[in-house]
Amino acid sequence: MLIKRPRPGDTARIAPSEITPERVYVSRRELLQGALALGAGAAAPALALGATQRSLQFARNGRYSTDEKLTSYEDITTYNNFYEFGTAKGAPAANSGRFKSMPWSIGIAGEAEVTGTFSLEDLLEPHALEERIYRMRCVEAWSMVIPWVGVPLGAVLKRFKPTSKAKYVAFKTVLRPDEMPGQRSRVLAWPYVEGLRIDEAMHPLSLLAVGLYGKTLLNQNGAPLRLVVPWKYGFKGIKSIVEIRFTERQPPTSWNLSAPHEYGFYANVNPNVDHPRWSQARERRIGGGLFDSRVPTLMFNGYEQEVASLYAGMDLAKYY
Amino acid sequence: MPPHLVRRFIKPLLFLLCLVPFLSVVWRALELGGTDLGANPVEAVQDTFGQWGLRFLVITLAITPLRDWFNAPWLVMLRRMLGLFAFAYVLLHFLTWLLLDQGLYWSGILADIAKRPFITIGFAALLMLVPLAVTSTNKMMRRLGKRWKSLHRLVYLISLLAVWHYYWQVKADVREPLVYATIVAVLLGWRAFKAARRSHARTASSLGRVRDGSERA
Ligand code: HEM
Repeated sequence: MLIKRPRPGDTARIAPSEITPERVYVSRRELLQGALALGAGAAAPALALGATQRSLQFARNGRYSTDEKLTSYEDITTYNNFYEFGTAKGAPAANSGRFKSMPWSIGIAGEAEVTGTFSLEDLLEPHALEERIYRMRCVEAWSMVIPWVGVPLGAVLKRFKPTSKAKYVAFKTVLRPDEMPGQRSRVLAWPYVEGLRIDEAMHPLSLLAVGLYGKTLLNQNGAPLRLVVPWKYGFKGIKSIVEIRFTERQPPTSWNLSAPHEYGFYANVNPNVDHPRWSQARERRIGGGLFDSRVPTLMFNGYEQEVASLYAGMDLAKYY
Repeated sequence: MPPHLVRRFIKPLLFLLCLVPFLSVVWRALELGGTDLGANPVEAVQDTFGQWGLRFLVITLAITPLRDWFNAPWLVMLRRMLGLFAFAYVLLHFLTWLLLDQGLYWSGILADIAKRPFITIGFAALLMLVPLAVTSTNKMMRRLGKRWKSLHRLVYLISLLAVWHYYWQVKADVREPLVYATIVAVLLGWRAFKAARRSHARTASSLGRVRDGSERA
């Protein structure tokens, strides 16, 4: 099931048997033939793939949850920043109809023992999908509460055996100006790129999401695969990922390239470090009415206990 | 266009037209006819008013050039109303920010006006619009005489600040602010061109008079 597409620089190649146990391979075949993904044991494919949106099978992860009120599905799918489809908030929902998120493959490259190009199914197969309810704080000072469905990023990355030189992880969005009208104007330098320090990427909160509200992602939310790093501003959550590369040096990131004094590599949510043009102290929760006031923004978006140690001794005003 | 037609029909019609953006916000806020203000209603209201404030400023600024280009002196009869609508929409934009967005959170409000250049210049533009609105009555025009015209030239600076405010506010997509900047540049450029032509004509004619001796006569 491995899509073999030799690439210069690939160090080692993963054998299909290593990544796809046969029974999964068979059941996925059935799935692709149209069968529904009904619970067939631990390694069963929980992801139903197809041209249209599908329901997902997952277990709720109670540790990573919140009892805050969920943002409505309608708001999460109509109020988006995804400049590949246009810069207005409604543009991604309006302009992403032609985008084809299936079939999908992801290149794994760089400082790892196992590299190559993998289908989305192969990438996710060994992992059980979990639902996690995270706050999402946009750098524009608004926020949502989103029930993501995905797999822990760290668990996926470990399968590729990053070497000791892998200090960072770089991500890349697909480049398809034909299907992504926003990529036809140079608002940002395409393709969109993002990155994490390896310890951030391996942190249990970091998630590779394939769905929300129990269903596969819509195009405007980054189908079929996106990153979710809940203690960082939303723009770190790169969408429609086609490449994951382990690097020794800190990789470039799109918004930092666009306006380095406004958007840093770290982009941790921090109410005490303002954006040069607006305050980050308070945020507007999407879904409120005309008369709802802003709420205070929490350090690391409320995940301080979990992640503060990653940044011990760092000047967060300097590394914004 | 005969003045009584402008006064009786065009002006009242235009007045109603100018109210449409405001009424559409009210309409959507009340969720009439299946409409709504979307996921972020405060932002939607504030942005709509800001956009129309800027549009009315530009439309007001366009009256003089349009009059010149299309030989339509009656257009000037509409200018005061358009300018007052510009002020009204900017004021609504500001009040939305103050009351709904910031919720009268004074420490944040004062810090934003003082520290965020894009808000500082927006605020400066609003403050400058106040004397123009106050002196827009016939009585004030008479009282100020020649100074009225100099005072109302402030609108050139206000328009530049307003475009700059918009340009500075966007994250990366500066295309729309640049469209406004271009329009304002043309509208102000026309005035500069006229002024230059006038002063050139004056110089030329006085030189001409000196040369042919008519100056002494
Ligand atoms: C001549 C005066 C002004 C004009 C023409 C104007 C116009 C605009 C426009 C066109 C926008 C962009 C809206 C959009 O994104 O669609 C904007 C945004 C904004 N303006 Fe103004 N403005 C003026 C004065 C002010 C003042 C006095 C304040 C507050 C003190 C202010 C605060 C803001 C804020 C906070 C935004 C960003 C809104 C957001 O993030 O969506 N503006 N303004």
